[in-house]
Amino acid sequence: MADVRLTVNGVPREGRCEPRKLLVDFLREDLELTGTHVGCEHGICGACTVLVNGEAARACLMLAVQADGAEITTVEGLMKDGKLHPLQEAFREHHGLQCGFCTPGMLLTALDLLRTNPAPSEDEVREGLSAVLCRCTGYHGIVKAVRAAAATLAPPR
Amino acid sequence: MKPPKFEYHAPSTLDEVIALLVRYDGDAKVLAGGQSLVPLLNFRLARPAALVDLNRIKSLAYIQEHDGHVRFGAMTRQRTIEFSPVVARRLPLLREATRWVGHLPIRSRGTIGGSIAHADPSAEYPAVLTALGGEVVARGPKGERTLPPADLFETYLTTTLAADEVLTEVRLPAMPEGAGWAFEEFARRRGDFAIVGVAAAVWRDGSRVTARLATAGVGPVPTRLRACEEIVERDGLTDAAIDAAARRASELVEPDADIHASADYRRHLAGVLTARALTRARETARG
Repeated sequence: MADVRLTVNGVPREGRCEPRKLLVDFLREDLELTGTHVGCEHGICGACTVLVNGEAARACLMLAVQADGAEITTVEGLMKDGKLHPLQEAFREHHGLQCGFCTPGMLLTALDLLRTNPAPSEDEVREGLSAVLCRCTGYHGIVKAVRAAAATLAPPR
Repeated sequence: MKPPKFEYHAPSTLDEVIALLVRYDGDAKVLAGGQSLVPLLNFRLARPAALVDLNRIKSLAYIQEHDGHVRFGAMTRQRTIEFSPVVARRLPLLREATRWVGHLPIRSRGTIGGSIAHADPSAEYPAVLTALGGEVVARGPKGERTLPPADLFETYLTTTLAADEVLTEVRLPAMPEGAGWAFEEFARRRGDFAIVGVAAAVWRDGSRVTARLATAGVGPVPTRLRACEEIVERDGLTDAAIDAAARRASELVEPDADIHASADYRRHLAGVLTARALTRARETARG
């Protein structure tokens, strides 16, 4: 067993687990943060995407022990002071979710996309979001939401 | 599924890594970015007795310009390479190829050393290493050795690295000022494994043309297309020479068929993508 100490959504957390425990399972089972979803467990579907030290990464392709000392952001960390993140607002406004299974991964992936490319074209949004699979085929709404959020989040000129 | 049990080691020095690899005598796997190894563990296709994690070795992540080369620590993340000004300036072909590696969240973790040591023939970095004629540094109990790609890649997912050796550095010759480049790839969906990819670089020195071409996804190892390079080096970057080089590429490659594509289709793609890559490399070349 190994000790894991990390910061999740700004809060110091710790746990003890086997080295083989995946970060996504540690978040869900040990820290009871079930907003991050487990999909394919081999890095294809993107449902488990979280931010690791500010960068989007697959939580099913990292061991929890590897996150020792890291700062993790999950979907639970997006709301601030009881208000939805502008990206979440945009998803609600533009029909960016149906069943919601892919939504946490979509949100964290889109957040990283907008940080690296604050004003993406529609093609760039589609390419960036190809990292996450939505089986409701709701991509149109998701793309619209991300583009709308880009406009809201863009620093004023 | 979940990974099987393993002993986990995260040493902070390379000496400890090598001592562990010696101790486990072939029954340990080196964990770099984990974007290929962890899926294999999750599926239990890999069941090593131990994992030796390189992620705590800070000295293995760097990008350095050195005497006409760019040196990459094996643990340099693909994402770091994608946004590196040194890579943008000296190795624009590598930068372009990087954007074909999975997706951004994959590139946040994936490393150049891991991608090359994994030796997936459809992967982008082995093709770039082959096209540009770079080399890798491996360290084992008997010290260091450098290997060109032809001596490294043995067959599908297999290198000539010994079980107690670890890839520590990748060296790529900087592309000359004004060189043109293109990485062309065909996959069914963005971010999927390449069915075929072609890396191209061209540059002019007076009237002399130099070309570099290598494939991904056709056959068990990346293939340098020397005969195609010679056609454009001899005849120049004309439409006719590019067509001839593309035809030659289709003849040269020896692809296998699998569930994704037949051998004939891959052969066809090798020609089409060679033509596209050379044409676009010609457009981006200056001087």
